[in-house]
Amino acid sequence: MNNGISRFIRHKPAVIGLILLMLVILAAALAGVLAPADPFALVGKPFQPPFGEHVLGTDMLGRDLAAGVLYGARTTLLVGLVATTIATLVGVAIGGLAGYFGGRLDSLLMRFTELFQTIPFFLFAILLVAVLGASIRSVIFAIAVVSWPPMARLVRGEFMAMRNREFVQACVAMGMGHLRIIFVHILPNTLSSIIVTGSLMVATAILIESGLSFLGLSDANTMSWGFIIGSGRTVLRTAWWICAMPGAAILMTVMAINLVGDGLNDALNPRLRSL
Amino acid sequence: MVLTQGFSYALRRLLQAVPTVLVIVAMNFLLLQLAPGDAADVLAGEAGSATPEFMAQLRLKFGLDQPLGVQLLLYMKQIVSFDLGYSFRHDMPVAQLILARLGPTLLLMLTVFLLSVLAGALLGSLAARNLNRWQDNMISILTVLAYATPVFWAGLMLIVTFSIKLGWFPTSGMQQVAAFHEGWARWRDIAHHLVLPALTLTMFYLALYTRLMRASVLEQFSMDYVVTARAKGLTEQQIARRHVMRNALMPVVTMAGVQAGALLGGAVVVETVFAWPGLGLLAYESLFARDLNLLLGIFFVSTCLVVLVNLLVDLAYSMLDPRIERR
Repeated sequence: MNNGISRFIRHKPAVIGLILLMLVILAAALAGVLAPADPFALVGKPFQPPFGEHVLGTDMLGRDLAAGVLYGARTTLLVGLVATTIATLVGVAIGGLAGYFGGRLDSLLMRFTELFQTIPFFLFAILLVAVLGASIRSVIFAIAVVSWPPMARLVRGEFMAMRNREFVQACVAMGMGHLRIIFVHILPNTLSSIIVTGSLMVATAILIESGLSFLGLSDANTMSWGFIIGSGRTVLRTAWWICAMPGAAILMTVMAINLVGDGLNDALNPRLRSL
Repeated sequence: MVLTQGFSYALRRLLQAVPTVLVIVAMNFLLLQLAPGDAADVLAGEAGSATPEFMAQLRLKFGLDQPLGVQLLLYMKQIVSFDLGYSFRHDMPVAQLILARLGPTLLLMLTVFLLSVLAGALLGSLAARNLNRWQDNMISILTVLAYATPVFWAGLMLIVTFSIKLGWFPTSGMQQVAAFHEGWARWRDIAHHLVLPALTLTMFYLALYTRLMRASVLEQFSMDYVVTARAKGLTEQQIARRHVMRNALMPVVTMAGVQAGALLGGAVVVETVFAWPGLGLLAYESLFARDLNLLLGIFFVSTCLVVLVNLLVDLAYSMLDPRIERR
């Protein structure tokens, strides 16, 4: 493991990513301290440019953009993490069952997975939120529903490979139960791949969330980056900073997570360093 | 002989697509059930815009007084005969509305597809040929940035830079409204409007394909046939052009085919930003008008479109590499 940590640290982009990610997490955690004002509160004149009275300026209603960006970090991280956790659990369950048992169950589950990979996932997410109503729960649900297939495919592949390894065959020969083989012997060995894919899935989830809230499909009571951009685009001509600031925050967060994910990949799967 | 084989393969793949489409229809039906109100409310669009007689007629047509299984079958029959219902907001049958918007979306998608695959292949091989030199590092940094940029934000920032500040390109639409250009002038006008939306969507996929192409070229250069080619005295240029590029391109084309669905999803956002009058903008409008039936219709048609694109990519692939057919 020490070896893994040193490999991660030697990977410079990953360290940069980790630092940026820490900043975002810190911003989300300290939003209440750094921006005492409610992000929806009207604090001053509308359309104030950045670096004046308010660090990032104000929007068309006079809300503090810095507060919006800080509180938006909470929503974004929350939605990204919870949606990815659900998608990971579903993907591991489906992929694991398909890969471990194989045969007809495998082909059935894989047809199902392929179906979900065929449908235009963003449109499907829009449809789900539109039907279920725009709340934070349905946004998380919609993102989870559209993002589990890659995880299922990955876990299936890993499980299939593990299934034929000697140590698993030995367990079978010893008469060990399926559950014990799966949870004690196979799953721990696939964990590193699951962590890498999962970390990259958080980035995708954040992009989907911001896209949905940009289109107006977000909880009306929570501030989110996509929502600020969506509401600011009507005044793009006069106040570009309302769209620019939260967008830069999304870019930074997603990039940080991708860099950390790549670093984790190098550290945990040293053999797969090709890509 | 080869032709009939290809034909039977195409037919087999087409038959495999049928269950997919049927499941999508069933999923649409499920979503209709989940929506507030009964199916007739949803199909009629906003409440109050349809007469009670029409609602009763709709309920009868969809058999809403019958068991769920029968309802599903009736709904499937309806969709399969391409009757997607009526949009009161637009005062037009949904199928007709979607068909009218299909062209612009296809134009945008095709442009993005070609641009991103070509430029991605070029940049990826450039990075691989200059491994760890400044070109490679530069391309890596750009791809990391482009891959993390939300598409809609990239579009808005391009509008700020190139439309508002510099005034080079129009901010929205597909043609100048009052100009009524004809022939070549019209196409030039459309191309002028296409630049920014296409560029926005291309950036993201370009990053993806560049990374893939780089890895793929590096892998191909380590193969035995490259050693053979060197041994028989070919120059590095010749090896790259005649042997490596062709093989390295395969995974990129596969990925591009797989990404068709995602590309369509990206089109929704980009069309919304640039008011490009395609399926995506229609989806956004129907979202605002709470016209769920229209949204379901768009979802169905675009899924069919993706199934079709995957089919075409598979067929193109089996022509490029005849081994694939006989797996």
